[in-house]
Amino acid sequence: MRILLVEDDAEVARFVRKGLQEAGHNVEHAANGRDGLFLAASEQFDILVLDRMLPGGVDGVRLVETLRGQGNRTPVLFLSALSAVDERVKGLKAGGDDYLVKPFAFAELLARVEALGRRPTVEAPATRLKIADLEMDLLSRTVTRGGKRLEIQPREFRLLEHLMRHAGQVVTRTMLLEKVWDYHFDPQTNVIDVHVSRLRQKVDKGFDKPLIHTVRNAGYMIRAEG
Amino acid sequence: MPGTLEALLRFLRSAGFRFAVRFALIFIGATAVFALVFWYATAGSLDRQTDAALRTDALSLVERWREAGSAAVAEAIGERLASDVEGNSIYLLINPEGRRLAGNLDRWPQGVPAGTDWAFDTVQRDGLTTEARLNVMELGNGYRLAVGRDVTEKQRLRDLLAEGIAWSAFAALIFAVTGAAVLRRALEQRLLPAAQTAEAIASGDLSHRVPLSPRNDEFDRLGQSMNAMLDRIDRLMEGIRGVSDSIAHDLRTPIARARAKLEEAVVGPDDPETLRAAMERGITDLDNITRVFEALLRIAEAEAGSRRAAFAPIDLAPVLADVAEFYGVVAESRGQSLETDLPAALETVGDRDLLAQAAGNLIDNALKFAPEGGRVRLTARALPRERIEIAVEDSGPGLAPEDRARAGTRFFRADSSRATPGSGLGLSLVQAVARLHGGDLVLEDAPEELGGTPGLRATIRIGPA
Repeated sequence: MRILLVEDDAEVARFVRKGLQEAGHNVEHAANGRDGLFLAASEQFDILVLDRMLPGGVDGVRLVETLRGQGNRTPVLFLSALSAVDERVKGLKAGGDDYLVKPFAFAELLARVEALGRRPTVEAPATRLKIADLEMDLLSRTVTRGGKRLEIQPREFRLLEHLMRHAGQVVTRTMLLEKVWDYHFDPQTNVIDVHVSRLRQKVDKGFDKPLIHTVRNAGYMIRAEG
Repeated sequence: MPGTLEALLRFLRSAGFRFAVRFALIFIGATAVFALVFWYATAGSLDRQTDAALRTDALSLVERWREAGSAAVAEAIGERLASDVEGNSIYLLINPEGRRLAGNLDRWPQGVPAGTDWAFDTVQRDGLTTEARLNVMELGNGYRLAVGRDVTEKQRLRDLLAEGIAWSAFAALIFAVTGAAVLRRALEQRLLPAAQTAEAIASGDLSHRVPLSPRNDEFDRLGQSMNAMLDRIDRLMEGIRGVSDSIAHDLRTPIARARAKLEEAVVGPDDPETLRAAMERGITDLDNITRVFEALLRIAEAEAGSRRAAFAPIDLAPVLADVAEFYGVVAESRGQSLETDLPAALETVGDRDLLAQAAGNLIDNALKFAPEGGRVRLTARALPRERIEIAVEDSGPGLAPEDRARAGTRFFRADSSRATPGSGLGLSLVQAVARLHGGDLVLEDAPEELGGTPGLRATIRIGPA
């Protein structure tokens, strides 16, 4: 993917850029809002990673508002040291698609960037999701593996659906917390791990090839080949 | 002397002075109306009686004139004068040449302008000069008739009345001014405690409160609002102090720990495996510091009350059911049971995420302290006046009464819970969220049927205060 990173802190920028490049992405970097806006408006990117507060008179929110005003719909991920809920809401209202608070683990950033950049471009809703022999019918809300029906609770269904929609991508615990439960707080305990392990019991137990994988220091991933 | 002038101007502009002036004006106005009514009812009434009598008398003489001519009128006048005991009556009938035909006036009154019927005039009567009220009639053919009353007596009465009213007006003025001064002083004195409190606070001492009187009047209500505001400010200040204290004491420790581990790794053996492990531990420590930091900020955010702007109507029943389901798997994995008793709907106004987190923290705490195979119960119910009670009970060891009051303070951990993981911020957040929603957190022993030893029951009541 071609990624534009607009970040004024040189050290954070270097770290993020290096990490994204190692993950196989092509990264352009701008150190202030004005350069960032110029690049974003004149070139084609798959995703913009913006610091919320930027020098140069154009901060992250202004930048996104300007781009959206021009009809540019490139997905935007905000990086910010401002963690207050109001700030997050402000960022998303301005047209941001996701919001990550500093300090962050790189794995979290990468997972979110990839989730945003590979969002389905066609809005036609799929009615079936399929990974290897695991099939999910979104209309009848049933899940089968190898033709055998799995007993799955509604919340587990949503959890599995989220994993399957991002098959092959790392989904972090925080992403699951936000996207599946719509919680934006620290649950104190490893609740997400317990939920995933229960789901794993139902999906993988009794089958020789596990589909749900734990990615160390990052999160989970569902994929066919392990 | 500009100082005196300024003081005078300030006095003139003061609300107390304006109230006092207003009071005095109203008082004087009322007195004036009273005097007018009084005058109209006494002196005015006497005048009207006189005029009516004169008119009747004059009209009957005119009638006489029409029936029998001037001689008859002269005769009638003579009769009336003869029967007038008080000697107040005045009559005069003159012919076209101006000669007197009958009456007791020496000559036609000078002060009666032509064309009017009524006049006050000084007349010569039997050689005496008196004040008279006169009704003058043209009888025709140049004959003229004047009927009057001597009003010297009445004039004296009027003067007495006027003098009385003037004195009472003067007394009223004095009352008005004194009353205004008393009012101004009373106002100033009732406002003084509030003003003094505000001054003391402005100079930095937040412990002052407006003293309240048992009267519970408007001023006391103002004082109460001020005190409520001050309590709030005090709590906020305490919160800020709390955060800085926490940062100073409780974040330094994990930072020191992380630093020590990293430093040890640098000077330790060169074995890459050991080095990597040490660095990973260092990162974990830093992540924990970040989590504590986030928690502190979130508590501060709730305490500051700015989230109230984002309050929306929510149904708490599904929110709580979701939280229970979310933590239910944890309970199950530890062999504990998480029971719920929730109504079908619980409408309130608040912040969904914060309320979910508060309930989550309570459940998380309960699950941590309940033993294996223990029970945790989440209940919620609607209270009167749109308030809602959410309670989490567990079958754990409970909390000693002396620790309960401190449980909501940041980083507080009861000695008995040192071995359990946690930051000591969970209940602080619950308390901050409860207060944000107009309630508070109450800790007590759990009901016996849960089988705790004795177990803890944490209750938050929220809703419009």
